Amino acid sequence: MGQTIIEKIIARNTGMDTVKPGDIVTVQVDRVMIHDIFIPFVAEKFEEMGFTRIWDPDKAVLIYDHLVPASQVDDTRHFRIGDAFAEKYGMNNVHRSDGICHQLMTEAGYVKPGDVVFGTDSHTTTYGCVGAFSSGIGYTEMASILGTGTMWIKVPETIRVVIEGTLPSNVTSKDMILRLIGDLGADGATYRALEFSGDTVDAMSVSSRMTMANMAVECGAKCALFTPDEKTAEYCGISLTDAEQGLVGDADAAYCREIRYQAEELVPVLACPSQVDHIEPVSKLAGIKIDQVFIGSCTNGRLEDLMMAASILKGKRVAPYVKLIVTPASRLIYQQAVRNGTMEILSKAGAVITHPGCGLCCGRTGGILSDGERVVATNNRNFLGRMGTSKVEIYLASPATAAASALTGTITEPETCRL
Amino acid sequence: MGMTMAEKIIASAAGVESVRAGDIHTVELDRLMSNDGTTHLTIDMYHQKLNHPRIADIRKLVWIIDHNIPADSPKTAASHKKMRDFARAHEIDFWEGKGVCHQIMMEHYVRPGELIFGADSHTCTYGALGAFGTGVGCTDYLYAMVTGKSWLLVPETIRFNLKGKLPEGVYARDLILTIIGKIGANGANYKVMEFVGEGMKSLTMDDRIAICNLCVEAGAKTALMEVDEIAMEYLKARGREPKVSVQSDADAVFTEEYTFDLSQIVSIVAKPDFVDAVVPAEEALGVKIDEAFLGSCNNGRLSDLRVGAMILKGRKVHPHVRFLVVPASQEVYEAALEEGLIGIFMEAGAIVMNPNCSVCWGSCQGVIGAGEVLISTGTRNFKGRAGHPDSKVYLASAATVTASAAAGEIMMADRLNA
Amino acid sequence: MAETFTARVWVLGDDIDTDIIIPTEYLALKTIDDMKQYAFSPLCPELAAQIRPGDVIVAGKNFGCGSSREQAPEIIKALGIRCVIAKSFARIFFRNAINNGLLLVENPTLRDAVSEGDEVQVELGRAILHQGKEYRIASLPQNLRDIINAGGLVKAMRRRNGLD
Repeated sequence: MGQTIIEKIIARNTGMDTVKPGDIVTVQVDRVMIHDIFIPFVAEKFEEMGFTRIWDPDKAVLIYDHLVPASQVDDTRHFRIGDAFAEKYGMNNVHRSDGICHQLMTEAGYVKPGDVVFGTDSHTTTYGCVGAFSSGIGYTEMASILGTGTMWIKVPETIRVVIEGTLPSNVTSKDMILRLIGDLGADGATYRALEFSGDTVDAMSVSSRMTMANMAVECGAKCALFTPDEKTAEYCGISLTDAEQGLVGDADAAYCREIRYQAEELVPVLACPSQVDHIEPVSKLAGIKIDQVFIGSCTNGRLEDLMMAASILKGKRVAPYVKLIVTPASRLIYQQAVRNGTMEILSKAGAVITHPGCGLCCGRTGGILSDGERVVATNNRNFLGRMGTSKVEIYLASPATAAASALTGTITEPETCRL
Repeated sequence: MGMTMAEKIIASAAGVESVRAGDIHTVELDRLMSNDGTTHLTIDMYHQKLNHPRIADIRKLVWIIDHNIPADSPKTAASHKKMRDFARAHEIDFWEGKGVCHQIMMEHYVRPGELIFGADSHTCTYGALGAFGTGVGCTDYLYAMVTGKSWLLVPETIRFNLKGKLPEGVYARDLILTIIGKIGANGANYKVMEFVGEGMKSLTMDDRIAICNLCVEAGAKTALMEVDEIAMEYLKARGREPKVSVQSDADAVFTEEYTFDLSQIVSIVAKPDFVDAVVPAEEALGVKIDEAFLGSCNNGRLSDLRVGAMILKGRKVHPHVRFLVVPASQEVYEAALEEGLIGIFMEAGAIVMNPNCSVCWGSCQGVIGAGEVLISTGTRNFKGRAGHPDSKVYLASAATVTASAAAGEIMMADRLNA
Repeated sequence: MAETFTARVWVLGDDIDTDIIIPTEYLALKTIDDMKQYAFSPLCPELAAQIRPGDVIVAGKNFGCGSSREQAPEIIKALGIRCVIAKSFARIFFRNAINNGLLLVENPTLRDAVSEGDEVQVELGRAILHQGKEYRIASLPQNLRDIINAGGLVKAMRRRNGLD
């Protein structure tokens, strides 16, 4: 019988011929990611466990992003503990202000197709965009991996998602994944792998696939998988091996569920306050007054997203009394946006542009709101209280919807997302 | 007897022929600036304490959000919303996220001869354009907002004669820190610091803004400079005309006079925890730093960013230093983008943030922790100013700050390794 | 391991996410004890102070969805909650809870029958008794029982490294 992508990755990693859902196996971990919020806890648990060395320091990556720049006096304590831990255990892969962890892991070449990767953050599912098995774990679990280089997992079932056709000109991969989350529900993919295929997916950039893999956890998924192709190879700066090219779901593989979408039928959507699976078409909510727009995060803070927003904002200005906050996902992206004129367009339109990092998404600073205010944001979560008081309404959207809404000061369907 | 610049401006605002230091007059104000530090308090008082709330002249008000932007808490957001809603309802000129208040005022509003109240201590900045700008609290601001007037005790003036030219690698910031070091944190208490002399010719507008901006740190009521061709060029480029350009009369009376030879000024550092605790930068070399800050109403302008970029080009920020670069306004940011300066800072590993007060204000952006050291182009280094009470702040020029960011310790630019 | 205990019930709804369990702004507080007073604050600010050691939480589906912050189960444990009974659990939360020795039990119908303040009797691996009715519950897989029996992952690793 054929195998799904996740089964192939796990089988190869564990040296077995095949695996099936429900099997409990021990994987050899290819890379781990720890960020600033949790490094003090990882460090503490690691030493409490009695480990004296990291199994392979080169496989560990430490990234400061949630707390860059620091907004509370004790934030920098996380950097000091992180720096001390990295030095003590010989970790050289440390990024102190280069951008969001999930952006850097693939951008900086730490993750390759077929890798097994864990990170201390739920959106670690992101790296499935290059065909890696990547998933979020807690800091105690991370400490045990740092010491042993292994982790037990239960082989998940796979939900196959096939998207075919051409997306309408104002629909992005963000609208696609929000639609899927709405259809599945916040727990519709719990414990499962989401495997994406179809010619719509083939036509997407790696950046667009990244948006979808990033949000997979919002329907409970363990991981998301995309088959590596030439775009993946170019993005990762590699040539694909046969094994990597073979990371595609077999025709006779067993899926617990198959969902199909015809791209032409999709429309721009929003995730409404305060659940990610509360999905409505933008057109239904058009005209609702908003106070702020946030374009950024590991979901939609890439060059493609900034350029999409810039093409809508070019030569125009953000509506009076509305704030547009733009936070690019990495230093590299910021530099690229400066060089190709995108930053200038965004600034002239009135954007408040901050340094690459998590920014408002993690809700500590970066544009916090107050009772009765509404924000349209391109990140991945709109939970109650996430960006201020429990009386703040957060609508999740694509960069195109966000930019169009910033211009009018109301929820607005974009005319196009094409550059 | 002749009048000083300050006396002339006050006389005109009071509608009288002449005034003398020590007099109290009721003056008409030309402009009233308030930022997100206190405007929400002013609004509360407006609604709660007045029997007949009214605003004398809406056109004089300028409200600017610059201290806590982007907002760092629901409390900040609520105070911003209060300010925004009031400004919107009353059609008050409102700037949010466009830059530090004093930079916005210089770029868009200040005219020579004006008398300006700002609900912020560094309102003395406007003297660079020959305007009498002074900081007031929210109660004085409210009164002025409602009536268009205020009472003013006419201050005495200390005159600073500037000669010569600053040496290469020494900047206006070093000059003003030297002056504050000499006269002390109370040295100009309640007085006007007036800057004249042939040395003025060598000072650009950015230099003059940096000098006037810091005068409150010597206790000054305000700072003033004459309007010469350099100032007129700045004004004209922005489509503004003076209200009136004044100079002190030849027989005006000054309480003290100092002469400073600019060619003798050296790179300066103000040590924790006082702005007047100045020493030559040479004496502070080697102090390990955790964070460096290039920005603020004092040194966040294009010329300061140029200095920083020139030093950092081809170099990297030290791995254990957080180097915050914060242009003082959106206009400065866009000019820096165009000149490739932002690219240089990002390439070097700096943290470039939106135009705002940032770590000079030390409330929510770039705050430093216990035991940490910041070297900064901000205006103050009081205990706990940038974050934790057990942290230290050194003030220095853009060049010294940037060199230190690269070296990981306090360093002068001309001693930085290639 | 046949273990039985009685507990007072606190009731929560569906999709209780980790931002509700502990908002991000408190994650930089130094200890779990500093944080636990803010547990559930966006939804019910008074709840944390009212929980007594030995109480249980009965919740709807997808409990603990959202972030991987391990403080979420740690705080629930620190408040003294004996176990969380839910219709279903989000998977990262599930692992984190096991790793911290916080007992989790799944049952699809109990939540619809209980009210705040009710008493339940929990017989691990068999059933929960409430007002005369029995609600079947399953045992955890052996490897997870091993971690819980060891007292959590830290203790299991310490044993592996020859400590304790």
